[in-house]
Amino acid sequence: MGNHFAGHRRLFYGTNAQDMKTVVTVKNLVKKFGNFVANDNLNFEVYGGEIFGFLGANGAGKTTTIKILCGLSVPTSGEITVAGFDVYKQREEIKKNIGYMSQKFSLYDDLTIQENIRFYGGIYGLSNEAIKAKTSQYMETLDLYDYAKSRVLDLPLGIKQKLAFSVAVMHEPQIVFLDEPTSGVDPITRRQFWDMINAEAEKGTTVFVTTHYMDEAEYCHRISIMVDGRIDALDSPDELKQQFEVDSIEEVFIQLARTATRA
Amino acid sequence: MSKSVIIQNLSKIYPGVKALDGISCTVNKGEIFGFIGPDGAGKTTLFRILTSLLIPDEGTATVDGDDVVKDYKSIRAKVGYMPGKFSLYQDLSVEENLKFFAGVFKTTIAENYHLIEGIYKQIEPFKHRLAGNLSGGMKQKLALSCALIHKPTVLFLDEPTTGVDAVSRKEFWEMLHQLKSTGLTIIVSTPYMDEAALCDRVALLQNGKILSIASPEEIVAGFPHKLYGIKSEKLYPLNELLKLEKQVHSTYLFGDSIHLVLQQNASIDILMEKIKTKNFDDLEWEIISPDIEDCFMELMHKT
Repeated sequence: MGNHFAGHRRLFYGTNAQDMKTVVTVKNLVKKFGNFVANDNLNFEVYGGEIFGFLGANGAGKTTTIKILCGLSVPTSGEITVAGFDVYKQREEIKKNIGYMSQKFSLYDDLTIQENIRFYGGIYGLSNEAIKAKTSQYMETLDLYDYAKSRVLDLPLGIKQKLAFSVAVMHEPQIVFLDEPTSGVDPITRRQFWDMINAEAEKGTTVFVTTHYMDEAEYCHRISIMVDGRIDALDSPDELKQQFEVDSIEEVFIQLARTATRA
Repeated sequence: MSKSVIIQNLSKIYPGVKALDGISCTVNKGEIFGFIGPDGAGKTTLFRILTSLLIPDEGTATVDGDDVVKDYKSIRAKVGYMPGKFSLYQDLSVEENLKFFAGVFKTTIAENYHLIEGIYKQIEPFKHRLAGNLSGGMKQKLALSCALIHKPTVLFLDEPTTGVDAVSRKEFWEMLHQLKSTGLTIIVSTPYMDEAALCDRVALLQNGKILSIASPEEIVAGFPHKLYGIKSEKLYPLNELLKLEKQVHSTYLFGDSIHLVLQQNASIDILMEKIKTKNFDDLEWEIISPDIEDCFMELMHKT
């Protein structure tokens, strides 16, 4: 997989490829549901501090893969490790060492901001001191003082999403999975959210992200595009555009997704 | 031009939040009109009022000549409504769902088949499959067929493409343009700014208020600044650096470039030369035309 580094001009400024740590290893991943092959022999690696965009049409098999990588589902076959842990035997370890956030489920609506932070801190085994420190850090950096007593239900979506992301990385996982994190968010907040993603990646956290916004695909160091359960493209956005001789990732995506035969 | 929808000073208040804050606009007959805005802008509240499912606190609205409060019965007979959440019967088959909706509106599939043929024939091979077992794209086609089977004069589509991939979104919009050619008025909401360009006219909506109503071309033409597109291999750090510059009015990442607006009287050449010396020697820039998203963000700045 080392050849995937060839085109990564935007990846890890000033860092040598050989210093890179592999955070996700996927070899020959197959997942079948009865006769249906949801994941058809996937092979890829994701590296420390990398923003990895995981794209594909609806029904291409992305959710199946993410569930396996998060320790929520067992593959049919293949060798897969996440944060150094095996997806067959060490699923509980995986869950402790990753972060996860989606648009649909992240925070408890009827808890306040601080209650949510305390709850997740507790789940991830943070000390009371660490939870207190994180709470004041988030109140400060996300400017949440106006909402200190509000339930999450009453927060504007943009603030909710930023808080959800912060909570997903509060236990400083090696990798965080973001499933359509910016869906429905206004354009300015969407960009502020990506600033947070970039800052987190610069600290060394790996970010594994799905999105339907094709401009966001351009912000990833590398992207994979899934078609009918296979990964049909994997490279930096610039390399993919050159390879497909088009000007945007949207055009790459459309070319590939149109080859799908699965209903 | 005759009006299909007239909205006057419409407000809806929920505890603690003004979901709609004095909205006025009109939709012409036979056009595709888009309400473009993020979650929480008020799109769903507005659609529920216009389809008579919710009563406004202030203001009035008519759809095809009928008042949305007083004439709710006739409104329900003549509008088609596809809510954002999949709202068909998952444990009925494709065909049973369509039959049910035809029956509710006292018509038959046969009578109005021509209206849905282009869409329904794509899922007809699966007509005995339970709706709950359809793929996302097929569910959408079925929902659209069910919203059209009683021959509505106005079709309301609330976020039909949210969470839908780029290819399926494209195909959905192609279907809408085919429907438009039958004379149907189509009112659609979306959080995707790029879909604005596919509407005849749009209203940009934010926090219950309309920021702008016009054709996409007019909105873009109304962008009040010179816009620069900037490229570099190191876009994120470059954008962070530009944010700190006093001459910068706004700087945003836009896919593989940065969209930059300067303060009045600032010089792009001077700024770029300065930035170049800070380890960005590959910097390239040019004047570009804004798109709807640029305009939306500029309007957000002002409010």
